[in-house]
Amino acid sequence: MPSVTVNAEFLGGLDVIFGGVRKSKCKVTKDSDDPIILKDLMTHIANNLIVHKKDYDVFIEDDTIRPGILVLVNDTDWELEGEENYELEDGDLITFTSTLHGG
Amino acid sequence: MSELGETMTTKQRKPVKISALCELCHGRKAVMKRPKNMQKLCKECFFHIFETEIHLTIQKENLFYRGERVAIGASGGKDSTVLASILKTLNERYDYGLELVLLSIDEGIIGYRDDSLATVKRNQQQYEMPLKIVSYKELYNWTMDEIVACSGIKSSCTYCGVLRRQALDRGAAKLEINHVVTGHNADDMAETVLMNLLRGDTARLENSVNVTTKSSGSPIKRSKPFKYTYQKEIVLYAHYKKLDYFSTECSYAPEAFRGTARVLMKNLESVRPSCILDIIYSGEHFKLQERKKRNFNNYKKPAISASNTQNENEVEIRADGSISLGSKDGNRCEKCGYLSMNKICKACMLLEGLEMSRAKVHIEGDISVDGAAIATKKLEQLSF
Repeated sequence: MPSVTVNAEFLGGLDVIFGGVRKSKCKVTKDSDDPIILKDLMTHIANNLIVHKKDYDVFIEDDTIRPGILVLVNDTDWELEGEENYELEDGDLITFTSTLHGG
Repeated sequence: MSELGETMTTKQRKPVKISALCELCHGRKAVMKRPKNMQKLCKECFFHIFETEIHLTIQKENLFYRGERVAIGASGGKDSTVLASILKTLNERYDYGLELVLLSIDEGIIGYRDDSLATVKRNQQQYEMPLKIVSYKELYNWTMDEIVACSGIKSSCTYCGVLRRQALDRGAAKLEINHVVTGHNADDMAETVLMNLLRGDTARLENSVNVTTKSSGSPIKRSKPFKYTYQKEIVLYAHYKKLDYFSTECSYAPEAFRGTARVLMKNLESVRPSCILDIIYSGEHFKLQERKKRNFNNYKKPAISASNTQNENEVEIRADGSISLGSKDGNRCEKCGYLSMNKICKACMLLEGLEMSRAKVHIEGDISVDGAAIATKKLEQLSF
């Protein structure tokens, strides 16, 4: 079974839904031989790392990342990297930052 | 070289596609896409354009004059941290000749504000600016923790909002400063326009997009240099510049994370990113019909034609049901002496209500009130 290991970062207060964890090493696996993409990491995080199931909506909305959460792939806006379809590589740093609250 | 090292180097050498280059310098790899025009920029060009646009807003709106003393409303959050950093940069780069001071409000929320004030104190060192902290406790003799313990969590934002507005003014007055800048950004502005629109609050609608505002009679003006700046860009700027900011939701904001207007806005933005600036633009161009003045005389004696006396008895009723004392500025609250449109200012009115339900007897050394927010949060998390 193919797998990729990446670092996920939760910033901007998003760590509250992950029990205060700001950085997590994620081993993402997939049953098929298709390349492992960012979408698979999102599913992995949503299923395994969110502490309380009710916080699922804080992270995922309509099957994608909730509007207002910025995603960076190795410090580059994911909009420039193909968003969910970005093919993960070992050692990638994926940053999720909430932009939603107070200034 | 180890296998891992090799993959690392090949990864870095991966050629950059031309379409992935910065659209301004055409030399470096783009790292972000601007929401307002979809332009792809590299880090350096983004910094340059972000800073320059704010400088242009400051110039176009004539926000400051040389030698002016300006207080930055600093909460330790991303917006005010970026604001302090940027104003320091611009003040030096373009020689505004401003004297900048950080002004923070301590609402008295244990587990939230004490942590964010620690951030402000670090900012004070990092940006070499004087810092003034005024607390609700010293101004009103109430902390937010005490208020919530007394009145419950539901109305906490109402109290806090009213008290904070006055606290910033009073803090500035203590510093003898007449100008407070806040980190309100384009998203906040658009949100406010939308909220006022959804509530039919036309009284506030027209002024909600002004870059500079002033409470009537108050000598202190407030401005928002980030009026046209996207939240996304502020967060990216803070992230790329590695600025030290505090990011935890206020422990008393029960539904703030899902605030309806905000969610609506974020959803609109994901379909059409320019809509934030478009909403502000619309807000700027609303021109409302003049409000009708109600004439009380008409109800009692409808057919009297003594127009002179009628004018004198005209009373304007504001949207919140309060009555204007006439157009003179400089009315003062009868209780605290602070500037107010009404006989008693809003803060005093709220506090008077609270005072009635405050416990008359205190248990010595009682700290149960401290961190009431955290306790409430913990209770909410319990599942059975």
